[in-house]
Amino acid sequence: MKKIHIRSIAVIATVSLILGACGGTNSSSESTNDSSVTVYSGRSEELVKDLYAAFTAETGITVDARYGDSGEMASLLLTEGSASPADVFFSQDAGALGAVEASLAQLPESILSKVDAKYSATSGKWVGVSGRVRVVVYNPTLASNPPATIDGLLDSQWSGKIGFAPTNASWQSFVTALRVLRGENGAEKWLTAFAANKPVPFEKNGAVRDAVNSGQVSLGLVNHYYLFEKIAAEGADAVVAQNQYMASGDPGGLVNVAGAGILSSAPHKNSAQKFVEFLQSDTAAEYFRTKTWEYILTSGATQAEGLPGLDSLGAPSIDLSDLKSLDVTQEMLQKVGLLTK
Amino acid sequence: MQRTRGILALLSLAFIAAFITLIPLWYLGVQSLSQGFQSFIDELFQDRTLSLIIRSLTLAVSVTCASVIIGTFAGWVVTMSGLPGRLFLTIAFSLPLAIPSYLSAFAWISWQPGISGFLGAFIVLTFACFPYVMLPVSAAMSRLDPIHEEIARTMGRSQGAIVREVVLPQLRRPIAAGALLVALYSLSDFGAVAAMRHEVFTWVIYGAYRAGFNPTRAATLSVVLLAAALALTFAETVVRGRGNAAKGGAAIRRRGRTSNRRTSFVAIAGSCLVLLPAVGVPVVNVIAWMSRDTTRNIEWSSVWNASGQSFVNGLVTALVTLLLALPVAWCAVRMRGVVAVIPERATYITHALPGIVVAISVVYVGIRAARPWYQELPLLIFGQVIIFLPVMVASIRAALEKTPATLEDVAHSLGSGTMTTLFRVTIPIALPGLLAGTALTMLAAVKELPVTLLLRPTGMDTLSTRIWDFSALSDYAAVGPYAVAMLVLAAVPTALLGALSVTRQEKQ
Repeated sequence: MKKIHIRSIAVIATVSLILGACGGTNSSSESTNDSSVTVYSGRSEELVKDLYAAFTAETGITVDARYGDSGEMASLLLTEGSASPADVFFSQDAGALGAVEASLAQLPESILSKVDAKYSATSGKWVGVSGRVRVVVYNPTLASNPPATIDGLLDSQWSGKIGFAPTNASWQSFVTALRVLRGENGAEKWLTAFAANKPVPFEKNGAVRDAVNSGQVSLGLVNHYYLFEKIAAEGADAVVAQNQYMASGDPGGLVNVAGAGILSSAPHKNSAQKFVEFLQSDTAAEYFRTKTWEYILTSGATQAEGLPGLDSLGAPSIDLSDLKSLDVTQEMLQKVGLLTK
Repeated sequence: MQRTRGILALLSLAFIAAFITLIPLWYLGVQSLSQGFQSFIDELFQDRTLSLIIRSLTLAVSVTCASVIIGTFAGWVVTMSGLPGRLFLTIAFSLPLAIPSYLSAFAWISWQPGISGFLGAFIVLTFACFPYVMLPVSAAMSRLDPIHEEIARTMGRSQGAIVREVVLPQLRRPIAAGALLVALYSLSDFGAVAAMRHEVFTWVIYGAYRAGFNPTRAATLSVVLLAAALALTFAETVVRGRGNAAKGGAAIRRRGRTSNRRTSFVAIAGSCLVLLPAVGVPVVNVIAWMSRDTTRNIEWSSVWNASGQSFVNGLVTALVTLLLALPVAWCAVRMRGVVAVIPERATYITHALPGIVVAISVVYVGIRAARPWYQELPLLIFGQVIIFLPVMVASIRAALEKTPATLEDVAHSLGSGTMTTLFRVTIPIALPGLLAGTALTMLAAVKELPVTLLLRPTGMDTLSTRIWDFSALSDYAAVGPYAVAMLVLAAVPTALLGALSVTRQEKQ
């Protein structure tokens, strides 16, 4: 009698496990050949799933994509260590790539040579794919002469009139760049003065842009493409806001990149390389140009209409892998009261 | 002989379950000391760590106090105010449990951006947590014999004095138990404080993990959080005092329906004041998100798939948790000696760890020790079980305490083994309690986010991951359908929970 019941516990446990296994969706069986590639994607599913499908259509290689925030993905890779199932890390920003640089493999010259060296890792372990420029989006009726330097933003005429998104990764990357370019003291000094100018926090960059467009604030610190996104969605007539690109060398004009690297521990090295090559292809360039209005970093690529030439912007020169010290940035933002309440 | 073997089997199962919940400690130990003991100490004794402790405890204490007041009031409305429709009221007051804190926080902040910070976190957490007080308090209130109050009244005590001296002392245990759950929940919640940008432990731990690429700091701070939770748990056992469980004997007189007009007014007005922010604000905002963008096609198939996945995950998690919790609770209640209590106490140790810490530790341990299951459903279930086991153990324990041990003794004397007795006698009697625990776990598993996010099989989406993904893009219109599906799905176990709570009370 008793034994039967012990067995019944075992049966129930087994059944729940089997039930569990069935519940899991089409998780791939471990394949040793290169008919698939596992991508840890810091770029969102909404944005890139069609592009990944195009890769599969072109090469026959299936993409097992794991989506998440780029920082989370980087930390996941660090926690997993060399046992990670990941082949490729496709990150939204350079800092997260910099954080996992030690786990990445050297990229072949054929990939690196297609992109200006300043948009890739100095070590050659990751390559930039597309770029975005920090700008000041402004409302011409409220700000006829918008500042072109970050120090211009400290002028008291803009007090309470600048919108920004405190938790946004691009804003925080800018602050990291500011720390790299001006040193910790210089950065803290600027941030303290900026905080004293009572900038208005918004949840997201899109909300900052909308507030500028509607006249709620005069200036907003965002990436260049938010304006183009709105024009595409609502038509040029609905948009009064404009982009002010920053003066040459100003930290405010940082160019951050989305990029990719191949893990040293990648189980599918061949398909991983094909995937990164695909990100540099014309198909991918066309995709990012029309969907995100980002700069395509492959040399000689056509850029989206209306964008000033990338080289003409005079972005500050910085080793993009240095953008990884985000924790120090967040601590500084908390200290000056720009991140948390 | 049979009895001994059965008991040993249960005890070993209990120890296995306890061992599972302690897995995060392995990771925390390795990780917090990975830079050496000195840097662990340095990280620990910093001004910022102290101010973090103060901020976190301030939030936890305020939320707990407010939840105790609101939860006790709600319990009173349900059981003692004389309002009709007790089942309906219980379910209505349990509904906040069906709303994930991150969803509720998004709703508040999209409606009132100005409340971000302490105020917003306080509001969202309080209205999310008060049912944890309401459920045990209303159960205790329905067991209060009105005779005590009547005696006090005949002795000339005022109404206020009766409440203070007669009613409240009898509610000390359920209030303490509910308050502990609320305090632990508000220490470990991430969704609400993240959406409200309020800097407490979980925010910093998550930031250190996600943005700092600094797992050592995250682990060190988690150890501090663990210590805070242990202190709270200890405080609760002190407040709770010595047990008065399983009081049998004379029947308790049923409370008559007193339809005092003033009391009814207070009850109705108060209920509205509680339910509007707790349920009204999130639900109205979620529906508003859906109607904001009517041009867009909703992908119903993916809403449907995510709902199905959430349901399956929640159900499997709840059943596995039930199976593991049963031996733990049984040993703690029915066996004598220190050894039998160890598993139960052990499950509480990791109870206050934020989900993100549990998730990271299961990633760390899983990829090393259970590679074939990594990023597969078993390990996801495993991670969730670690989180939900303590609550399940607590509710089974409460149920078992109310089933008289004498019935089991009779079964034994008639020749039943331990297992037979467990399945034939104990479980059937404790069934409503087991069901309530299962419903509560399923509810929590459907809402759960960090473990699902990190451990789900590649390509699997649940309602919570969908809501999180779209909210991260501020795409509220896309969140709408998933949020509605989540509310509907979570409302089912919540209603079951409310119904069980009422039927159990009315049986007594």
